[in-house]
Amino acid sequence: MKYKYLSHTADAKFIAFGKNIDEVFENSALAMFNILGETKKVKSNKKFKININAKNYERLLYDFLEELLFLLETESLFLSKIKNLKIGKDLSLSCIVEGDDIQNYELKGDIKAVTYSDMVIKKTDKGYEATVVVDI
Amino acid sequence: MKIKKISKNVWEIPRENEMNAPVRVFASEKLLKAIKQDDCIKQGINVSTLPGIYGKSIMMPDAHQGYGFPIGGVAAFDVENGCISPGGVGFDINCGVRLLASDLDITKIKLKINELMEELFNNIPCGVGKDSKLKLSDEDFEKVLNTGLKWALEKGYAIQDDLDRCEENGHMQTADASKVSPRARKRGRNQLGTLGAGNHFVDVMYVDEIYDKEVAEVFGITKKNQVVVLIHSGSRGLGHQVCSDYLKKMEDEFPDIIKNLPDRNLTYSPTKSKLSKDYLSAMSAAANYGWCNRQLIAYHSRLVFNKLFGDDGSLNTIYDVAHNIVKIEEYKIDGEMKKVYVHRKGATRAFGPGHKEIPEVYRNVGQPIIIPGSMGTASYVLVGTDKAMNETFSSTPHGAGRIMSRHEASNTFNEEGVRKNLTEKNIYLKSASKAGIIQEAPEVYKDIDEVIKVTDEVGIGKKVAKLIPVGVING
Repeated sequence: MKYKYLSHTADAKFIAFGKNIDEVFENSALAMFNILGETKKVKSNKKFKININAKNYERLLYDFLEELLFLLETESLFLSKIKNLKIGKDLSLSCIVEGDDIQNYELKGDIKAVTYSDMVIKKTDKGYEATVVVDI
Repeated sequence: MKIKKISKNVWEIPRENEMNAPVRVFASEKLLKAIKQDDCIKQGINVSTLPGIYGKSIMMPDAHQGYGFPIGGVAAFDVENGCISPGGVGFDINCGVRLLASDLDITKIKLKINELMEELFNNIPCGVGKDSKLKLSDEDFEKVLNTGLKWALEKGYAIQDDLDRCEENGHMQTADASKVSPRARKRGRNQLGTLGAGNHFVDVMYVDEIYDKEVAEVFGITKKNQVVVLIHSGSRGLGHQVCSDYLKKMEDEFPDIIKNLPDRNLTYSPTKSKLSKDYLSAMSAAANYGWCNRQLIAYHSRLVFNKLFGDDGSLNTIYDVAHNIVKIEEYKIDGEMKKVYVHRKGATRAFGPGHKEIPEVYRNVGQPIIIPGSMGTASYVLVGTDKAMNETFSSTPHGAGRIMSRHEASNTFNEEGVRKNLTEKNIYLKSASKAGIIQEAPEVYKDIDEVIKVTDEVGIGKKVAKLIPVGVING
């Protein structure tokens, strides 16, 4: 399982899984965009590079998801996939995101903001997991 | 956790351990049961641990789980030794409502309701990723942020009466556009005058019942069946980014604070810090943007009404009020007048009669309060009271309050069912998305009539009029 949604009255809460930290970040992004619609069905017509860094994993995840939200609002990007996501030991993240114009799809939700509420990134027996609440 | 009953509709969680104040919940037994279903009381307790809190961490009858602060939460902090928390305002800064009244009778509207709702839907951009028709110059954008409705007045999108009947006259003087980041500006640039998605809406309604004829008349609600328009939207991506930017700035500047908090989204800066001042300047600019946003939606609604109904279709602003904001206000605390930072996260300001910040036309009776229900239920107009001044830092509920998550709603309802329900109630629905219809089904909210009953009984707002929808645009 890449991610699952948890119960939250007003917003969306999810937990993303991965065998390593890179995969957890990738699956968190997919979990966030699947609130809008099925990312599997989105074409790859647009491409953007992301390069960010932060002081800790929580902040890096927050910044990463917020960067995707920024691309959604300013470049009309509906994410389809993430390629070559790598997080360095210095907490720098680089990847290529692909997707299509959001106007081409029927949506099942909106995302206003990434929040810090209940955010946890932890190591488990199987790898890593991240819990995120997004304001919708 | 012990919840103690204080009196009818009033509950308290006594101060213990890390708490700096008790938590007070205003709810009937029925609403308390709903409130207890999620984690919002725990969030109310978390707020009570913040420094410099005065009185109580307050939870409204419509409270539910939010992020950091509960939605329907109110907390006031000392201006010297307290804190300011962007999470206590929320991501959608100056999310709020505007109520406009016409002279039309509902019978006139009903004949043209399809045409009216289609026209409104075509003229107000709504839904995810729908850009504004407005192309703003750099100079105009700066003015929107710094001067709010003054800009709208200058451009002919507003009349003086709109400014006179708006919280802060639609212009927070503490605004400073230079404190709004380029990212926030970029997100907000193409969204001015757009409704957004989620729970944002434009409703065409009629006055179903008048409880206080005298006050209603002062507000411009003159008769039963009078047509009104209710707009719910906020500061769009710009406000969301301002909140996000300052949460992170506070984390960077005060790393020890965030480390010791029960929830990272509660992060704050001490009131006297420069960062607090910067946040207030940026938040005020976002609030100005929010007022201009609702003003433009009102402007386009006016054009449609005038086109279809001529002069009879004129829409006059009754009031425009924020429900996500932090303000400096003055209260009598321990016998002394004190300035505090009141955070309202999903709560409406409710000043009683005589308060100097109420528009002059309403000053004798109190501030109009507008509390929307869901798309299939009533909304209410209330008036502010002195009791709210003493009990809740002049705050009252902001809506029905969700009870069911959007995810659960998607698994429980379908589009046809919700449409049928609304059609049976003679409500014409236009929505930017199918999902929006399902996720905003009336059943996902608490009982608005019960929320209003508690508000009125506790006295933190008195009922003036009940409004019933005939047309809904869902974002």
